[in-house]
Amino acid sequence: MGKQLIQTHQFSNGLTLVAETMDDVQSAAFSILVPSGSIYDPPNRRGTASILSELITRGAGPYDSQQLSCALDDLGVQRHEGITSGHITFSGATLAGNLSETLKIYGEILKNPHLPENQFDAARAGIAQALLSVEDDARQKALVELKRHAFPAPWGLPNDGELEHLEFITVDDVRALYDACFHPNETIIGVAGNVDFEQVKQIIEELFGDWKTSSISEEPAMVFADENRFFTEQDTTQTHLGIAYDAVPYGHPEYYAAWAAVGILSGGMSARLFTEIREKRGLCYTVSASLSGMPGLGRVLCYAGTTSERAQETLDVTLHELTRLGDGIEESELERCKARAKSSLIMSQESTSSRASSIARDWFYLKRITTLDQINDEIQQLTTDRVLNYIHAHPAANFTVLTIGPQPLEVPSDIS
Amino acid sequence: MIFHKAQLDNGLQIIAELNPSAHSLAIGYFVRTGSRDETDAVSGVSHFLEHMAFKGNEKYSADDVNRIFDEIGANYNASTSEEITLFYGSFLPEYIETAMELLSTLIYPTLRQEDFDMEKKVILEEIGMYDDLHSFTAYEKVMQAHFKGHPLGQSILGSVQSITDLTAEQMRDYHAKHYLAGNLTLAIAGNADWDQILQLAHKLCDHWPAGKSDRPLDEAQPQPGTQTIIEKSIQQQHLMQLGPAPAAQDKLRLPAEVLSVVIGDDSNSRLYWKLVDTGLAESAEIGFNEYDGSGTWLTYLCCDPELTEDNRKLIQQIFDDVNQNGITQEELDRARNKIASRLVLRSERPMGRLSSLGGNWVYRGEYFSVADDLKLLNNITLADIQKLLEKYPLGYSTTAAVGPLTSVVE
Repeated sequence: MGKQLIQTHQFSNGLTLVAETMDDVQSAAFSILVPSGSIYDPPNRRGTASILSELITRGAGPYDSQQLSCALDDLGVQRHEGITSGHITFSGATLAGNLSETLKIYGEILKNPHLPENQFDAARAGIAQALLSVEDDARQKALVELKRHAFPAPWGLPNDGELEHLEFITVDDVRALYDACFHPNETIIGVAGNVDFEQVKQIIEELFGDWKTSSISEEPAMVFADENRFFTEQDTTQTHLGIAYDAVPYGHPEYYAAWAAVGILSGGMSARLFTEIREKRGLCYTVSASLSGMPGLGRVLCYAGTTSERAQETLDVTLHELTRLGDGIEESELERCKARAKSSLIMSQESTSSRASSIARDWFYLKRITTLDQINDEIQQLTTDRVLNYIHAHPAANFTVLTIGPQPLEVPSDIS
Repeated sequence: MIFHKAQLDNGLQIIAELNPSAHSLAIGYFVRTGSRDETDAVSGVSHFLEHMAFKGNEKYSADDVNRIFDEIGANYNASTSEEITLFYGSFLPEYIETAMELLSTLIYPTLRQEDFDMEKKVILEEIGMYDDLHSFTAYEKVMQAHFKGHPLGQSILGSVQSITDLTAEQMRDYHAKHYLAGNLTLAIAGNADWDQILQLAHKLCDHWPAGKSDRPLDEAQPQPGTQTIIEKSIQQQHLMQLGPAPAAQDKLRLPAEVLSVVIGDDSNSRLYWKLVDTGLAESAEIGFNEYDGSGTWLTYLCCDPELTEDNRKLIQQIFDDVNQNGITQEELDRARNKIASRLVLRSERPMGRLSSLGGNWVYRGEYFSVADDLKLLNNITLADIQKLLEKYPLGYSTTAAVGPLTSVVE
């Protein structure tokens, strides 16, 4: 892959900087993870963190909402604020020379947001609209609901919150969540691009050195669902199917074997699900499986959309393909996974945004950074035996099955 | 960056913007054919044909095509628009020979009957999938209404009926008529050697049939109208509106792109602050779409059905104000800066360069480096915006509404 220059620094208040210097690019990207995700929502106020992520850029330090947007646009920052179960994320990219000025604005957002009361209703309405549009999009809803049922609460709950909770959330709830979660310890700043590490470190020190450490919010207990069959009747043209089963999480010694197992199912157009369900039977336009996770838990999430009269066959064939993986895998299937991995790892060096988010994510899950060479080595060393052993130890079984469409489907009784 | 161009005797055009320090290369065949080149009898054939391309030829089966692309770790796909069918991928430089050979295979597939019958089912599934996406339904309806009687009104996907009725023979005829070397541009960006590209192109493409198909380029003359699709069970109202805007060959197209960012970008635009920031709408955007000979302003509103009418009026007020008073220098500077930043960041990846490289060539026969593009952008003045607004004021002539509302006011 070529040499990578990755450096990390933990500041005295606990804030972590992870940075990758990339000489061939003109840009610099950043990915800031603040431990203020949806799992920290008060139980009857699901959506508080989501509103916070919407409200937090509506004015900070010397800027009002519009001035803040203009300042970032003037610096050419392409930005995105988002929410995951664990974090509120702030990411963006710009020309490397503009990074310092950009980080100054993010310093204001993180440390001195106005969280203006007069904009609270608008921010909440924005979240309500986002949740309503999921209701109207059966495919998106299938994925949101599959995650809800496949992972324990509150990790699996929709990151944007619950529509019926929104009206009870107040600006004080949002401010309380900010006070509880926005602190330097556990916050990670990932930077990648044409940057000098010492210079970035110094800027971060100047901007965040005075940010006060506070006690870390406790992670809530996990609540696992009892049920694993779900049906929502909806008047749609297609039936939308979601299937989930257990896998190992990121950081597990067998993670890359799990990755290869899913790759054999859904890693390219020659992978099994696409070949058997779309190419040989014409049952679907979209069918896919991916590895998804939270700290300590991994799941495989599958989706297929198919016209309702063919939905039962699609479900049956998909379940058959998932369980059949344990019967054996071809050497050539694994080789194709390795080729795809090598290619995508090399190409990730052309994207500062991709590198910034990868290294920040690595620090969160592993408290260290895996280099592209290390990932490639892990993958190139996989053998079919090892992947098969993984599949036998973590078989596709105990499925969570969810359907949205005009009619329920029958999940075969011999599938546990 | 070094730009190269060449043309084979059969008319195939080859362009390349090469960068020896890139980690990858992106390759695309731009075929100048799409739904606007179809008749009603074969509606949807361009897109269906794009799927059939992956079914292989005498040398490679469908399984071979998918397998070999995956063996070289390719990131590949295809797309069909009203005017262009594009086959593309990004690859590691060492696989250029395999990549070029396979992509070339896609252009002249065998079109076997059994593959056609199977893929027809997939196309019908794709139509079903889009049928569940309400914004897409609104887009289809407003395009049909706006371009009624004009080729651009042809649906890209076709209908369940037109696809069901389509025969493999009709597809073969369409393919023979439009997949001529003169309709094709091979565009390459990234880390590759020009001599090798030429050598491969000669080997793989020299025998392709020469010729070029015609395409009438009359500017559309839309008739005002509203299409209402009632979907009682959904929560949000979707409104799409189209009005005339500059065509792909018009010098006003860049000012149009800048104006669409000032007025209707998804952040920090006039529509954003008035409707989205305030929570009145989930989306309120205006986009500029350019075609051969025609162009459109596409306004999209997605909101609570009860707020639709008020929101529509707010949008109209913004349009009226802009049409009358134009925009400020500050707005122009900010939009130019925003577009410049997007351009530079996207260009760091060969795949990010491919579409503008190919698009500029196919539509305008021009090459612009990133530096050229930045210069053109910087040269846009308020006077250009004024000229644009005089000829193509913001507004709409046709509307499509999808959602619970039984009627929307004209």
